[in-house]
Amino acid sequence: MKTKTEQFKTLAEKALGNEALQEALARACGHIGRMRSNAFQNFPEGETLRDQAHRIKTGVMDNLEVYLQRLETSARRLGIKVHRSPDAADARQYILGLIRSRNISLVVKGKSMTTEEIGLNPELIKNQVEVWETDLGEFIVQLAEESPSHIIAPAIHKSQKEIAELFAKKLGVPWHDNAEDLTMVARKFLREKYFRAGMGISGINFAVAENGTLVIVENEGNGRLSTTFPPIHVAVMGIEKVIPGMKDLAVFLKILARSATGQKFSTYMSFLQGPGRTDEDDGPEELHLILLDNGRSKILADPELKPSLYCLRCGACLTACPVYRRIGGHAYGWVYSGPIGATLAPQYLGLLRAKDLPMASTLCGTCASVCPVRIPLPDLLLKLRQRIQEQGGMTYYEKAFIKVWSVAQNHPSGYRVLPVLARKGMKLFPGLFPKGIPLSEETFHQWWHDENPD
Amino acid sequence: MDMVYPQTARDLTALLKNLGFKIDYPQAQTCCGQPAFNQGFFKEARNLAKRFLTIFGSSEVIVCPSGSCTAMVRKHYPELFSQDPPWLAKALERAQNIFEVSEFLTRFVPLEKIKAAFPFTVTYHDACHSNRVLNISEQPRKLLARVEGLTLIEMESSQTCCGFGGLFSQKFPSLSQAIGLEKLKAIQNSGARWVISNDPGCLMHIQNRIQEKKLSVGVKHLVEILVSR
Repeated sequence: MKTKTEQFKTLAEKALGNEALQEALARACGHIGRMRSNAFQNFPEGETLRDQAHRIKTGVMDNLEVYLQRLETSARRLGIKVHRSPDAADARQYILGLIRSRNISLVVKGKSMTTEEIGLNPELIKNQVEVWETDLGEFIVQLAEESPSHIIAPAIHKSQKEIAELFAKKLGVPWHDNAEDLTMVARKFLREKYFRAGMGISGINFAVAENGTLVIVENEGNGRLSTTFPPIHVAVMGIEKVIPGMKDLAVFLKILARSATGQKFSTYMSFLQGPGRTDEDDGPEELHLILLDNGRSKILADPELKPSLYCLRCGACLTACPVYRRIGGHAYGWVYSGPIGATLAPQYLGLLRAKDLPMASTLCGTCASVCPVRIPLPDLLLKLRQRIQEQGGMTYYEKAFIKVWSVAQNHPSGYRVLPVLARKGMKLFPGLFPKGIPLSEETFHQWWHDENPD
Repeated sequence: MDMVYPQTARDLTALLKNLGFKIDYPQAQTCCGQPAFNQGFFKEARNLAKRFLTIFGSSEVIVCPSGSCTAMVRKHYPELFSQDPPWLAKALERAQNIFEVSEFLTRFVPLEKIKAAFPFTVTYHDACHSNRVLNISEQPRKLLARVEGLTLIEMESSQTCCGFGGLFSQKFPSLSQAIGLEKLKAIQNSGARWVISNDPGCLMHIQNRIQEKKLSVGVKHLVEILVSR
């Protein structure tokens, strides 16, 4: 997708005025939010598991290179070809190289935000490769020529009616007014693509360093089909997705689906251990694993912001965020949205380019309260605000306001004059003062002063 | 509190006096620095934090009628001084003895000493910083349960943000108001006559939304209820 983080304010305003979007978001986020909270209410060990998950992630990030090397070694032992990509362009080139050398014309994709991050689809299409997203939400978004607006529910912004219209228009099928029929349309359309595809590309939820297992968690079975049917499977993962061992995996799997959708477990969990072996009926002939850096090492080297890398991409912070719930993912103008997107965007794209995103939060802390790995998101947003401010990212008015205000706060006399000035000033220069603050005629300070003369 | 809700502050002094506490109000006090801190102006916030810690240096216990100001001092002051050991020590010490009012009352006052009457239906909004930073949710409800004639009706998602967010409401007014309207729906659906909270920011924001929509729901600070007869 085209990055539009600079346009946050305009896009958010537009989203607020979009009634269909408001309805879709309220319904979907409300539903997923309730599912998540029920799932944890009936799961007392959930809180301890979240602590554990946080500790595991901290341990991994403190020794990331060690675990990556371990993963490489064990993956190679399983016959997986491992490639390290320093940036998005390298990852795209690697995949394109494979496609060219094997004369592939059709690619199916399992769900992967990382490939959204590296802008893979546009690159493949530009090179005359036919690409089909096979996750239902991603498929809808692809047909609509949009980008995913939620990490795990890419088409959360669309109503069923819009999807029915889209399918009728783009696929030439009759109008269907229920979700099952629409799903069957997509299923029928995509089934044939799996058989013809020369390559399947997927993301990865976890990569286990000790034995090279790649884990994919999903609900539709499309992930399993995309990774086992085509002769070549390319898995793309951010380097932060590595975990030490299978016992750590057990911790994450218990909280991932609960956090994302409120399910105890997702419908499908695939443990991929290399390409298909000669004595097996299925599985790809080749399995390539791309370890993508693309700015992650930079975050890793930043002790204050390192926890941004703990993210499992479950989407719980998006669904729970009061801001996301009102404007949806597209307003953020980047692949990752919501609180985690607002945390990552300034680090990936540059502080000033995404300066509005960390500011667009009430700091209510709901995100941190639902994060399965307890990323302290409001604290990270605050640190980013500080850095953005120091780099001159605030408007002249904001800067002047805080400076004048803090000088006044530093002097009791200045402070006492504030309400008097503000009451007058609000009438004379309403544009200069914060709105919606009904100042009282007499301050408490005055009253106390009069009551306690000494 | 000082400039927008002075009556609530006066109520607080009356409440604490009646419960037998000796009250001091250091008159040189200003703001704890939260607005500057939240906007990323850490240097300005640090200066105000030093000022606060100095002015309240001799106070035994601080009682604060706002969860977010309490959270600023308890959680963020130590963070601001993480690289400055002498001030860090002061901040950490202060963090131990500053209390949001409902925390203070439920911890240091026997509940039966709380005597008030408010014969109306009310619903309680859990302010974000009270709830998620200070872990306050039972305390105000315990106090409200002591109020004669009062019926508490829980709204759906009482812990959802009202959309205020300090200067967020100035920088993104329409977004802030849209979040506020969701809160308003929950308040309205509860059917309660009054909405109560412990944070002046939330109260102000909710009040503004109520006025825009011309609803007949009243807004009160918890302290105002506790002095009602």
